[in-house]
Amino acid sequence: MDISSINWALLLASLMVAATPILLAAIGELVVERAGVLNLGVEGMMISGAVCGFIVAHHSGSPWLGFLGAALGGAALSVLFAVLVLNLLSNQVATGLALTLFGLGMSSLVGRGYNGIKAPVFDKVDIPLLSDIPVLGPILFQHDLMVYLGLALVISTWAVLNHTRAGLILRAVGENHEAAHALGYKVVGIRYLAIMFGGACAGLGGAYISLVRVPQWTDGMTAGAGWIALAIVVFAGWKPWRLLIGAYLFGGVTVLQLNLQAAGVAIPVEYLSMSPYIATILVLVIMSAGRAPGSLGRTFHASR
Amino acid sequence: MLKLEKRAQPSQVWTYATPLLAVLVTMVAGGLMFAALGEAPVTAIRTIFWDPLFGQFAAFSRPQLLVKAAPLILIAVGLSFGFRAGIWNIGAEGQYIMGAICAAAVGLAFYPLEARWLIFPLMILAGLLGGMGWAMIPALLRVRFGTNEILVSLMLVYVAESLLATMALGPLRNPDGMGFPGSRNLSQYASSANLELIARTGMHWGVVFALVSVILAYGLLSRHIFGFNVRLSGDSPKAAAFSGVQPGRLIIACMAISGALAGAAGMFEVAGPSGQISIDFNVGYGFTAIIVAYLGRLHPLGILLAGFLMALTYIGGEVAQLTLGLPRSAIQLFQGMLLFFLLAMDLLTNYRVRFTKTGGA
Repeated sequence: MDISSINWALLLASLMVAATPILLAAIGELVVERAGVLNLGVEGMMISGAVCGFIVAHHSGSPWLGFLGAALGGAALSVLFAVLVLNLLSNQVATGLALTLFGLGMSSLVGRGYNGIKAPVFDKVDIPLLSDIPVLGPILFQHDLMVYLGLALVISTWAVLNHTRAGLILRAVGENHEAAHALGYKVVGIRYLAIMFGGACAGLGGAYISLVRVPQWTDGMTAGAGWIALAIVVFAGWKPWRLLIGAYLFGGVTVLQLNLQAAGVAIPVEYLSMSPYIATILVLVIMSAGRAPGSLGRTFHASR
Repeated sequence: MLKLEKRAQPSQVWTYATPLLAVLVTMVAGGLMFAALGEAPVTAIRTIFWDPLFGQFAAFSRPQLLVKAAPLILIAVGLSFGFRAGIWNIGAEGQYIMGAICAAAVGLAFYPLEARWLIFPLMILAGLLGGMGWAMIPALLRVRFGTNEILVSLMLVYVAESLLATMALGPLRNPDGMGFPGSRNLSQYASSANLELIARTGMHWGVVFALVSVILAYGLLSRHIFGFNVRLSGDSPKAAAFSGVQPGRLIIACMAISGALAGAAGMFEVAGPSGQISIDFNVGYGFTAIIVAYLGRLHPLGILLAGFLMALTYIGGEVAQLTLGLPRSAIQLFQGMLLFFLLAMDLLTNYRVRFTKTGGA
């Protein structure tokens, strides 16, 4: 056991990479939930994004096209969910579960011939000047562009939700869909857009796992990341900036346990690998202080 | 222009018709999917739904129907209580694993003592308690801290899977197994074996337990005040609160029932068909049971039928894997589709579709 052998700067740098897929999926789900819809299918959309992204990237040789394919794949799957809960008025919890089961089955069917192939390389970008700063440079400024895209997405989501008219309408729909409907807003249309945004983000998050983190395709490779993203939205109290804390906390636990495994700590590997899940539960217990959007999970039916 | 009108009462006719309709539509959609995979659709559907029962090798596959249906029915009956009351235990897979681990641990602790009258019942008890204990974690956190039980119960599935691997590689590993992972074979140990009660039927103690649980659940739901409170809490939480139902107690009771039954399912599996604790012991019964519960309309008798249907798709899937080379995931997809169609068609149960002349609504 040799904890001093862990390189802490490297650990913090890989923390940002480990947090990115969850951050991407969680920011999408946050928007969906702020619009008043609970989509428990994040895991299914992530794994579909992972497989779509991998296949597109593999055939085109371009990771960027892969990410585009993943976003489209995730969004396409989310439309299925949207039709069911918005037009056919089905139960959101059960439909979300169905989406996850469906996505897991579909991804392993589609990805059958792609097991064990390596993904095309996704380049890291050293930001000029900033990446040369000692210690902080390697931690913050030597990542691939998706890491920064994830951060930009969080910031822009915060700005749109809190400082634009569109954000206000979206929140109104989520807080009280009857009142928003009475004011003349198209509740169903707005929710469609939110759900598709959520699907696209989950797809991106999944593709980040299959194209950058691992980087190859294996069955069921998201391993609960979608559920953790859901947990982080609750932890964040539906606030974008707190999402960052949650995702980095989780990324930290994941990376730390991997490093401890590598450093040969006397704790069995299985106990270490369950730690991210236990950490998520603990975080949910301690920090479930936020107030959920008023209409979250309720079916909207314009009867008048 | 189509218009939806909410029914005052869910339609009786559609309540029974939608599951059948959903199965038919899934067969058609599944046929299209198989055609897209390059299989003859009719052959594929027949291989999955007909051959296991009446085909060439039916003598081998028919007993499997009971073997696969028993855990699905046990778990789904347990889940149906919570689902009716709006309590979402979706971590039955974890409770199933923990039931199996606890039961196996008890059985192995007595090895090689020959005392079936003591050990087998103790193992059932351990299975029940193991599953129930695991389900109590999300239940108590929900009651005490208001933590979301969906997420906690699901996270615990991953924890249970890690524990399963630990047990198969460590404490429960077979000391005579020449270093291979996995425990001793419990189905070859006379005191713990969950044997076939009638030869070549697949009928084992788990099946008996499942049938009894269906009957008890039916009685509890339709004849007992607890069942009434469960249904009331699901339909109208406010009315339930006014009539004095304590939500905390209801959550704990529902989670305890579903956890215990899932744990028992794990016990019967580990002592019988599976035989040992191994890394790949769980095969997703806990998740498929969610579909079974819904397909059965959260009603014990419906779940009984749905359990057999779902077991059939499992076996048919294995047959199709062998004879047609269809991937296992195709069946998973098929099951997911079934739940989708069922949820979509529930619209007809709860709403009336009307045609209006102009677009005015």
